[in-house]
Amino acid sequence: MKSKELLIALTTIVRREIRRFTRIWPQTLLPPAITMTLYFIIFGNLIGSRIGQMGGFSYMEFIVPGLIMMSVITNSYSNVVSSFYSAKFQRNVEEMLVSPMPNWIILTGYIIGGMARGIIVGFIVTLLSLFFTDLQLYSLPTIIVVTLLTSILFATGGFINAMLANSFDDISIVPTFILTPLTYLGGVFYSISLLPEFWQGVSQLNPILYMVSTFRYGILGSSDINIYTSMAVIVVFTVSLFAIALSMLNRGRGIRT
Amino acid sequence: MSAALSIQQLSKTYGNGFVALKNISFEVQQGDFFALLGPNGAGKSTTLGIVSSLVNATSGSVEIFGHDLAKDMTSAKQYLGVVPQEFNFNAFETVYNIVRTQAGFYGMPGALADQRSKHYLTELGLWDKRDTPARMLSGGMKRRLMIARALVHEPKLLILDEPTAGVDIEMRRSMWDFLQQINAAGTTIILTTHYLEEAEFLCKNIAIIDQGKIVQNTSIKALLQQLDSECFIFDLAANLEYPPEIVDYQISLEDPHTLVVEVKKDQSLNNLFVQFELMNISVLSMRNKSNRLEEMFISMVEKKLESGIEE
Repeated sequence: MKSKELLIALTTIVRREIRRFTRIWPQTLLPPAITMTLYFIIFGNLIGSRIGQMGGFSYMEFIVPGLIMMSVITNSYSNVVSSFYSAKFQRNVEEMLVSPMPNWIILTGYIIGGMARGIIVGFIVTLLSLFFTDLQLYSLPTIIVVTLLTSILFATGGFINAMLANSFDDISIVPTFILTPLTYLGGVFYSISLLPEFWQGVSQLNPILYMVSTFRYGILGSSDINIYTSMAVIVVFTVSLFAIALSMLNRGRGIRT
Repeated sequence: MSAALSIQQLSKTYGNGFVALKNISFEVQQGDFFALLGPNGAGKSTTLGIVSSLVNATSGSVEIFGHDLAKDMTSAKQYLGVVPQEFNFNAFETVYNIVRTQAGFYGMPGALADQRSKHYLTELGLWDKRDTPARMLSGGMKRRLMIARALVHEPKLLILDEPTAGVDIEMRRSMWDFLQQINAAGTTIILTTHYLEEAEFLCKNIAIIDQGKIVQNTSIKALLQQLDSECFIFDLAANLEYPPEIVDYQISLEDPHTLVVEVKKDQSLNNLFVQFELMNISVLSMRNKSNRLEEMFISMVEKKLESGIEE
């Protein structure tokens, strides 16, 4: 296919993905808005006011970047995992397999679709947070880069999950047993400097810590860990997952017999 | 001129060890209306699955209009349209979006994609339903939707896997007309079907696949000539109690006013009518017992069972 045709094919997938999650907005866009507002009210306002400072900021200021990132992560992931799995389940994935679209276009299309939902939800949550606190923007480029990379990374993860899944149960295992614990332990609600040294070391194996910390740095200008290390870690994870996903797709894992 | 489809030494062994295809080869020429027949589990769907890139071949090659599916995938796929046996669209999407999106997958520019989507949806009588989610359509409409989707990039080779399964008779007729039209306009068509009558009516050439092997690959005419005898049905004016006895003909009485006569290839019908005349049997109408192909097919499979060919 010529590059113009590739671009048309790519935008076709992206449009369809965006159409999907906007059509079912009560399932995709509304729930995170409600959940995050509850977090802001309960943890930020009610409990946060008794906690005092965290990492040099009010507790509300501290958790807002973490909660925005958490929304980006879960929404990028779940958009791709549910969309691609249901394409497998309803077999309309065959529409793509029979077409001349190369696999990397299919993968990229789904990733951009996941990014779109992650970023839109992140934006909604950011707007809601403005009712509770004043957000600074310490480094906009850092915010943009880390948000994009994180959403790519988790959208890709969602794609891999969908390829491996054989039932609707399989698409909730990773979010429930891996993603949620990693996010909660990834410095969304506390600074890892509160932890004993051993657990600080363990925490550094958690990739989500790097994303949350970098994003928080972009907003507040302060971070638990070195920003450049963080970026490097995120890039390595993103590139590796993309390579894994593409090679699985080329082999037809879970979609071709 | 390259063949529309050329399959060479294609084999498929599934992960569970099941051997679905054993080194099959056949060609479908450009402009042909070709039937791929075989009992359930014979390897039809596996063959079509490999051609449509849904199944990985274990070995062998597939060329579509001279383009190797493995080496020149993009060109090969541009020539191919597939209508699968089972519904495989997103049931929540609208009819229009399903067809329009498929056009996009082929890299078709927006204006052309809009125009083609409208054209084929109209052609298949679905334009009024364009904003309906696919799950709300009737079975026949769903199948026509898949045909419109397969045609939107105007493939030169169209594969239909059981296109008229679950479609009522009237609809089947109009679908046959439609397929004959696009075949006449130059699209090569490959069809699998359980209705052998359908293959006999539509197709020029045929391959019969059984237990992963091609057991026949010839024209329908040649295949039918292999039939030793044909059955004719005679509707009678007056009821009979017993079937008449006529030397050399096997005659049975289906009901008091319907005779079934087996006529061998070298026997003439004239003689039969003379005998009827002598016996005062008046024939109101006569027809060929349809599904000749079916008879042949059953006899082929039976013969094989009798001769005990085992793999």
